[in-house]
Amino acid sequence: MPSVTYISATGGETAVVGFAGDSVMETAVRNGVPGIVAECGGSLSCATCHVFVCADSVFPAMEDLEDDMLDGTAVDREVNSRLSCQLKLLDADIRVTTPETQV
Amino acid sequence: MTGTGASAHVAAQARGTLIIGACQAGVQLASSLREQGDTEPIVLVGEEPHAPYQRPPLSKAFLKGEATADSLTFRTHEFYAEHHIELVTRERIVAIERDATGGVATAESGRRFEFARLALTTGAVPRQIPFDGSELEGITYLRTATDAALLEQRLAGAHDVVVVGGGFIGLEVAAGARAAGKTVTVLEASPRLVGRAVSETTSAFYLAAHRRRGTRVILNAQVVRFLGEHDRVTAVELGSGDVIKADVVLIGVGVIARTELAEQLGLAVDNGIVVDASALCSDGLTVAAGDCANLPNPSLTPGGIERLRLESVQNAVEQAKVAAATLLGRPAEYSTVPWFWSDQADLKLQIAGLSGGHDQIVLRGDPDSEKFSVLYYRAGQLIAADCVNRPLDFIAVRAMLHSGQHLPSDRAADLSLPLKKLFLPAVPVLIGK
Repeated sequence: MPSVTYISATGGETAVVGFAGDSVMETAVRNGVPGIVAECGGSLSCATCHVFVCADSVFPAMEDLEDDMLDGTAVDREVNSRLSCQLKLLDADIRVTTPETQV
Repeated sequence: MTGTGASAHVAAQARGTLIIGACQAGVQLASSLREQGDTEPIVLVGEEPHAPYQRPPLSKAFLKGEATADSLTFRTHEFYAEHHIELVTRERIVAIERDATGGVATAESGRRFEFARLALTTGAVPRQIPFDGSELEGITYLRTATDAALLEQRLAGAHDVVVVGGGFIGLEVAAGARAAGKTVTVLEASPRLVGRAVSETTSAFYLAAHRRRGTRVILNAQVVRFLGEHDRVTAVELGSGDVIKADVVLIGVGVIARTELAEQLGLAVDNGIVVDASALCSDGLTVAAGDCANLPNPSLTPGGIERLRLESVQNAVEQAKVAAATLLGRPAEYSTVPWFWSDQADLKLQIAGLSGGHDQIVLRGDPDSEKFSVLYYRAGQLIAADCVNRPLDFIAVRAMLHSGQHLPSDRAADLSLPLKKLFLPAVPVLIGK
């Protein structure tokens, strides 16, 4: 099972075990990881599950709606920004950084 | 003393917090107490058989078979264990007594829960309509995962689906059933759809959009009774004399806040449990949050309705955080930009702000293109927006309402520029010396 490591804006790390098929957002919320709000529960409506994906973690390219929503995150997007509700876990371990704030 | 296991241990000490209602607000309140440093026992008690789960997908993904109560759970069992939150399911609290130092709540089963602090996140129940034939099999309401499982099962074998109530829940279910090939009729008693939440422009759009997708929508529809054979519903009879065939009827005509426990405690109740901006009830001891609470309007924009109930995920989450702080003796004032969403077929509606009391509307985009926003102004100031398939407008308006920036109404319709390029600073600030 893949391990997901969430690195907070201040550098603190939380590692949890995820399940293939679940999203990085769901894995965080179910385990109470701070830093990911996800008000809309993954329906691409709120842009409050913004993460920065670390270089060693690879996901499929984003679709247009996610790209649009990333323009409205509370902390400005960067080249490695994604909405974690759209990042499905496979078998590989994943590392993401969460922004200072989501709302 | 009665009770079993860990809860008897907690109760015997009469310490800690009892949260009644294992829902979005209840889970958030428990989590926030721990995040804010509370180390006292926390018991979260709910009457449903499931661990707390997300409700919004029940009228959407759940009915398509893409979600279950398990897949929608908020937290793992390990989370509750690690954070020492005792989750109690299948217990319905029927009586509470309390004084300033604490009290005891008793479940229908007789099990007792003692507490030092009390939070009510009791939610709401669907408004029932008492027509002849309401007891027929096939007539359903939708609030819980159990309701959704029953509805999913009934929809599977249905050909004709009738939805009573043209609000968000009804239209979401109607859109799903229509997409699955059913013959769908929506009966709305008022002259327009979603009248409680959006403007006439947005209502007219949804009427046209659902009709385009093959759903029959009857406005000003007066349901007279449900007809059945062998105890199963077969049709709905209208005041006009029309009889609409139905294998399944979903009734979605709003909800009523659950206030019976608050009333028992002698708390002020008026369309919900009356709370102040810190989520504190009229006894100055108990807190309430989520769908059950009647709260001062938390909008950052000035003006508008004074008090209201907010039925939304965002309110459940944010008000619960404030309620947790209040229980810990650190009351904060709840203020926010209320927001809502509804997914119907491929139409994503996002609403930022409360549009009540608007005196001007600006249409941004063409409703016939199914991509447009309705911007609401009051006294020249933007107060809210309904955004259909325009997520960027939604995000921009929400951010603007948070920051208090200004969006001139004469420029807001200009589609050549993204909304966020049109913002101006709020009010010029003059700094005198």
